Amino acid sequence: MRRTSLAKSLTAIAMVCASWFAVGFLIENSYYRLMLATIPIWAVLGISWNLFSGYSGLISFGHATFFGTGAYFVTLAMRFFDLTPWFGIPLGALVGALVALVVGLVTFRLRGVHFALAMLAYPLALAYVFEWLGFAEVTFPIKRDFPVWYMQFPDYRAYMALALGLLAISLLVSLWIERSRFGMSLLAIKQNELAAEAAGIDTFAWKMRALTLSGALAAAAGGLYATVLLVVTPQSVYGLVTSAQAMILTLLGGAGTYWGPLIGAVLLLPLNEGLRAKLGGALPGLEGVIYGVVIMLVILLAPDGVYWRLIDRFVRRQPVVSAPAAQALRPAPPRAPATLGETLLSAENLSKKYGGLRAVAGVSFEIRRGEVVGLIGPNGAGKTTLFNLLNGLTRPTEGRVLFEGRDVTRLKPNRLCRAGVARTFQTVRAFPRMSLIENVVVGAYVAHASDAEAGVAAQRALARVGLSHRAESPAGGLTMKELRLMELARALASRPKLILMDEPLAGLGGAETDELVSLVRGLRDDGITVLIIEHTMHAMVAAVDRFIVLDHGELLTQGKPAEVTQNPKVIEAYLGRKWMLAHAAG
Amino acid sequence: MNALIEQCVQTLGSGLAVGCIYGLMCVGLAFIFGIMRVINFAQADFMMIGMYLAIAIGGSLLPATLVGSLSPFIAALLTAPIMYAGGYLINRYLVSRTTGLNVIASSEGEAHQAQLILTLGLALVIENGALMLLGSAPVTTLNPWSSQAWEIPLLYDDYSALFLNKARTIDAIIAVVVTLALYGFVSRTRLGKTLRAAAINPEAALYMGIDVARAHHIAFGLGAAIAAVSGGLVAVYYPAQPFVGIEFLIIIYAGVVLGGLGNIMGAFWGGMIIGLVQQLSTLVIPFQLQNAAIFVVFVAILLFKPEGLFGGSGERA
Repeated sequence: MRRTSLAKSLTAIAMVCASWFAVGFLIENSYYRLMLATIPIWAVLGISWNLFSGYSGLISFGHATFFGTGAYFVTLAMRFFDLTPWFGIPLGALVGALVALVVGLVTFRLRGVHFALAMLAYPLALAYVFEWLGFAEVTFPIKRDFPVWYMQFPDYRAYMALALGLLAISLLVSLWIERSRFGMSLLAIKQNELAAEAAGIDTFAWKMRALTLSGALAAAAGGLYATVLLVVTPQSVYGLVTSAQAMILTLLGGAGTYWGPLIGAVLLLPLNEGLRAKLGGALPGLEGVIYGVVIMLVILLAPDGVYWRLIDRFVRRQPVVSAPAAQALRPAPPRAPATLGETLLSAENLSKKYGGLRAVAGVSFEIRRGEVVGLIGPNGAGKTTLFNLLNGLTRPTEGRVLFEGRDVTRLKPNRLCRAGVARTFQTVRAFPRMSLIENVVVGAYVAHASDAEAGVAAQRALARVGLSHRAESPAGGLTMKELRLMELARALASRPKLILMDEPLAGLGGAETDELVSLVRGLRDDGITVLIIEHTMHAMVAAVDRFIVLDHGELLTQGKPAEVTQNPKVIEAYLGRKWMLAHAAG
Repeated sequence: MNALIEQCVQTLGSGLAVGCIYGLMCVGLAFIFGIMRVINFAQADFMMIGMYLAIAIGGSLLPATLVGSLSPFIAALLTAPIMYAGGYLINRYLVSRTTGLNVIASSEGEAHQAQLILTLGLALVIENGALMLLGSAPVTTLNPWSSQAWEIPLLYDDYSALFLNKARTIDAIIAVVVTLALYGFVSRTRLGKTLRAAAINPEAALYMGIDVARAHHIAFGLGAAIAAVSGGLVAVYYPAQPFVGIEFLIIIYAGVVLGGLGNIMGAFWGGMIIGLVQQLSTLVIPFQLQNAAIFVVFVAILLFKPEGLFGGSGERA
């Protein structure tokens, strides 16, 4: 992702709006003038879609829900309460935000395509409802006495100015999101929602904020659209074409960038309108066919959208986070001195059943501050399930988890991360399209109020694991060791008190293993407690203070490495005869 | 009181019949998604093509003297090979460019975006192409069975009876048979198993010598064929026009989400529920709101059983 300076972006937005307005003075034909006013409105709808779907990756088929609600609100408020659009549009935006809140509460329970398809249903159902209510076609009452007060201008350029104003607001909102942790959190959610949640991103809250904001913008666009056209019908504002328009414009132009929807609108809408004006009367349908063909061609030739195509071609993408400041690279001060003894985490009688299978059965143990503890056991012993219970990914059937004496059993992963429990995954969960440093920054948000501080903390965490030289590389191109280190850095950036590491050595060679093990030992000196899953016990013997052994979901034994490796039960269940013989011989 | 019971039974009967037809529509979409992980936005338009094809075949090609009133139903089945070929080619030359192993997308969501837009463009071309070629006037077939009903006496008194519309009842039977046939094909035959293997792990299937790309063409063709058959069945009682697909869109998608995407039998039951809700809702709310009622039930089910009614979202055909 490329980042230009704020001043440059602001200038660009101002230039675009100003030159658009200037074009309005050159055009005589009133049909094209109307188009100059409506294209920015559709662009705003596209931007609103982009704010939510482009950044978060959750595809909404139903943005007409908000557009239509805004349009009907403004129209009906004017008709029945004589409310001017000057107030109606902002109020409509508020209503759109409320509708988005309700829609989100219901629909965020769904994932992926289920979410997309469910969104489709809202506007279609609302269209039926408005038709049934007798609002199949509502016109604006014409106010000849106070045209300006009622936003009824004789000259389309006034509408154009309003539309451009709304466009500028939408672009600024997008710009703000793109440059803050708002956008970065959404992008992280898009690429790996689970990892984002575990890195302390409150995924539900960010998605909700994005949808609410998006709903407000779409409703404002709808309200203005109705005001310009002076009539609304369920089909024109709640119709499938409206939702599709929001999506098509954005995806054509380029999703995940604030210029995308505008580019899409400028490329596609004049073509569509022009075709309709030229061909619609003579041969109905031909314009639709050409429009469809163009859409297919563009998606085949530039599947990421025109914007990204151009950027890839002409501009070298630059990283979002700037080069490290020298002072940033000093190691972070330890969070607290490592005083062994006090209980940090305790599991009390934890159980998890999947159907009839008891993955974890009545496990209790304590982790003391400053310890490095190895959780071992054969494959299928329930180690990862236990981890998921500890960091809130799964809820236990029975039992509870206490962290610093507080019951955290029902907390979501992002809350636990906030409290100081970070984790890494058995199969590394990276955000592949982001650079290494961006991956780590996402983890830093939870512990740092300002984005600048988060950036510094991320640099520091990256330096801690020795990856500073790779900071700008995309995470998609890292080696397994680098990925493991990146995940560790992401966990460290949240300034955790406890790190849960799930098989950090899997997929690493001998020398790499030693490197990571010594890194883990070093964490304790930073005041961090570590709970680490491994099934290769050999590597762990030197690294941990204590082992907890799990077998068939139950706690087999726990104790110092020397004791545990001599325990006959452990040897039988886990290490096997070979280990016993080898050590008897040695 | 008896009149009310009669009305309820009557609505239930027509709900079941319509539900079977909706079920078949959902099966086509779910099948494509199950094998290819593609949401085909043009599915409802394939259905529209099926309606026109069935009307054309039934009206001109099949001599009415030979097959009598059965001709529209035979015509509906005959659309299948035509649309299978059409679907196969559309996937071969268009959709496959955005799916499967041809695409390196960092997330499933990104691949979906391209597929969605492509099939949306396709839908626009089909709808408007139909408008150009066929005009906007609704077209119907004249079949005596559309307005005839079997009368099944209800036994609690002498005069109440359940009327089953002949055309819709035959439709429903055909829909069930086609669904079961597809299910049997996928679970029993060698080709069906090949398709499933290609669906579950395309890469592994490739190494096992399965032509995954061809499997996808076949799946898309079959899905299109099923859409066409369901369109042919609908054409028996519902007029065809170029944009008729949009009217069935919410039904298809709601049914598929209810049934759990990619699950054939689940999708059928999802469509069935939608049909029942649509018909039964007319007992208590105005006729115009029946599609809104579908939506309310849909949202309610999402709230309490978000993974769909039948099996999880991960389950495939």
